[in-house]
Amino acid sequence: MSEVFTTAVMVAVVASAIRLAVPLLLASLGETFGQRSGVLNLGVDGMMLLGAFTGYYAVLKTGNVWLGLLAAGIVGLFLGLASAVIAVTLKAEQGISGIGIYLFGLGMSDLLFQKLVGTPIPIDTFPKVYIPILSDIPYIGEMFFQHSLVIYLAFAAIPVATFVINRTTFGMNIRAVGEYPDAADTLGVSVAGTRYATEIIGGTLAGLAGGVLAITLGIFQQNLTNGAGFIAIALVYFGNWRPTGIMLGALLFGFVNALVLELKTLEIIPRDLSNLAAMAPAIITILALVFVAKRFRAPSALTKPFTRGK
Amino acid sequence: MSINLNAKQRRWLAYSIPVLAVFAALLFGAIMLVLLGANPIEGYSEMFVGAFGSGDALIATLLKATPLLFVGTGIVIAFRAGVINIGAEGQMVLGGLFAAMAGLYLPEMPAIIMVPLVLLAGVLGGALWGWIPGALKAYYRVNEILSTIMLNIVAVQLMAYLLRGPLIDPAEIERGTRIPQTARLAESADLPILFGDRLHIGPVLAVLCAIATYYLLWRTPLGYRLRAVGLSEHAARYAGIPVRRTIALALTLSGALAGLAGAVLVFGSESHRMVTDGSTMGFTGGAGFNGIVAALLGGLHPLWTIPASFLFGGLIVGGQALQRAVQVPSALIVALNGLVVIFVVAADRYRAKLLSVDTREHPDMDADDEAATGMGAIHDAAPTGTDSYGQDEFGEGR
Repeated sequence: MSEVFTTAVMVAVVASAIRLAVPLLLASLGETFGQRSGVLNLGVDGMMLLGAFTGYYAVLKTGNVWLGLLAAGIVGLFLGLASAVIAVTLKAEQGISGIGIYLFGLGMSDLLFQKLVGTPIPIDTFPKVYIPILSDIPYIGEMFFQHSLVIYLAFAAIPVATFVINRTTFGMNIRAVGEYPDAADTLGVSVAGTRYATEIIGGTLAGLAGGVLAITLGIFQQNLTNGAGFIAIALVYFGNWRPTGIMLGALLFGFVNALVLELKTLEIIPRDLSNLAAMAPAIITILALVFVAKRFRAPSALTKPFTRGK
Repeated sequence: MSINLNAKQRRWLAYSIPVLAVFAALLFGAIMLVLLGANPIEGYSEMFVGAFGSGDALIATLLKATPLLFVGTGIVIAFRAGVINIGAEGQMVLGGLFAAMAGLYLPEMPAIIMVPLVLLAGVLGGALWGWIPGALKAYYRVNEILSTIMLNIVAVQLMAYLLRGPLIDPAEIERGTRIPQTARLAESADLPILFGDRLHIGPVLAVLCAIATYYLLWRTPLGYRLRAVGLSEHAARYAGIPVRRTIALALTLSGALAGLAGAVLVFGSESHRMVTDGSTMGFTGGAGFNGIVAALLGGLHPLWTIPASFLFGGLIVGGQALQRAVQVPSALIVALNGLVVIFVVAADRYRAKLLSVDTREHPDMDADDEAATGMGAIHDAAPTGTDSYGQDEFGEGR
């Protein structure tokens, strides 16, 4: 066992953990905005799938990975808008309507793929960016400084998100609307407007997350995300609704996934048991939820539609 | 509501809202069909004929409606107690697995003992998968929406592991085909056939469960406790109701019914095996999610869920007929299914609003019961308005 975990293997696992963490991280950051304003978007996985297909298809047609990413973000933006209409204006039960969005994304992305592409064709992936000097450091360089640009940008988004939520008027409005919508409304903050904005941010980031996933893998297939969108929602809970907490959670999941993949490749986990290994993320999520449930507190207006004067 | 309607008109409008929502979703579907180059009128007439147009079609619809009714009835119990059960997919899988194991490993027994035993195994499997999130919510305050989704993921992997490994048909290994399925299960456990060669007792069982649930909820102390917790946890606690145990029980019962649906799927299947394609929906046909829609269509009342499930079963069977007739990928049906969920849920609030205008007794339930849990996702939509169904249509359901 011990000779399997050579330095080379561990370096590869850490590098791949960071890559695998990024789609989760982006989707989760988006979900954080929504939840801090009091909206639970359970349809993240469906949005990611549609973003993934769009990104894949755009790269297939144009050959430009950045156009692909842009397209994924735009589709996500519109899906976020749709989910705001459903959750904020129509005031649907968010725990169920999100499942509808998920099923829609699951079916629609598969349908579009079958109609427009058919047989999977590999596409270009994001080029790697070697950070000067740092990428030459033995081990460390390979682990942290030989990734594609989107990976660095995703991590850079964390302090930005923290700043926006904690230090800007918009962020203050988000928190006010998520905790005390009545008070916010009295002070002239538009509850619906703020929630529309956060849902659009959330949708865009979910679409981008899907795009990053597809363009990093260079492929699309039915149910590409394999439930990652749901894990991303859970990450918000045990990241305590804070971007830095969410980053740690995303890295933990990236690490678990990378480790399982590596152990499968090295045939330490026999094929027969690969399904049991695939349970790990979900089981870890449940245990983590048990651990944090009594310690962390959700925004008090989460999942509650706002009606003035109620 | 600015339009002046009397109570009766309002009620009829309220009943028709979910149905209108389904039509709205189908209209969206028509646009998608046009974009796919298919004729939507041809498609939808195929859909209707495929669902209700012949004896065979009606039997197919009844069989499709059966898991929806089991699951939907369970959803009603959970909803009435103030919990959302998104985990019926996984609970059905566990029910199917437990039942299949009973069918494989129990010694030969006459059908009269064997059938109830395998169904009971299914109930146990589903109850276990409902009890876990129930207990986690009640005692550790873990959000049940998240835990049930995670348990769905665990269930599908468990199913794949068991059907590829320990439970695989030995013939599949001999032949080297390795299709992940069990051997032909004990014949004495086949569900008795009522009519023709397919219509088994499943639909009857499901209707009986719905009726029993109605009695449970409105005629027994336990049902009273479940509904009291759903209406106001605070008040229920002051009334001496063991709130936590009741919440755990609600999800356990909900899971048990989903588990029964899974067992009926396995033993009512034509192959009399349990098979997996590696997804929950491959086994359940999405009934774990669609049962929620059936329950909402039925106004969260167990008896109204019976016709609602039948209609929704028809929609699914018809959807498959449509897909075959106009040659579109089956993924369209999944996408349409999602639209139906969204439209029905979005419309549900308006239905509840129409009904709650004249039932002012508990105008604003959500405020306190959600504050109490800090995570409740149930609004006045569910418990308040819908009680009038019970009162007006089925006697004095308080």
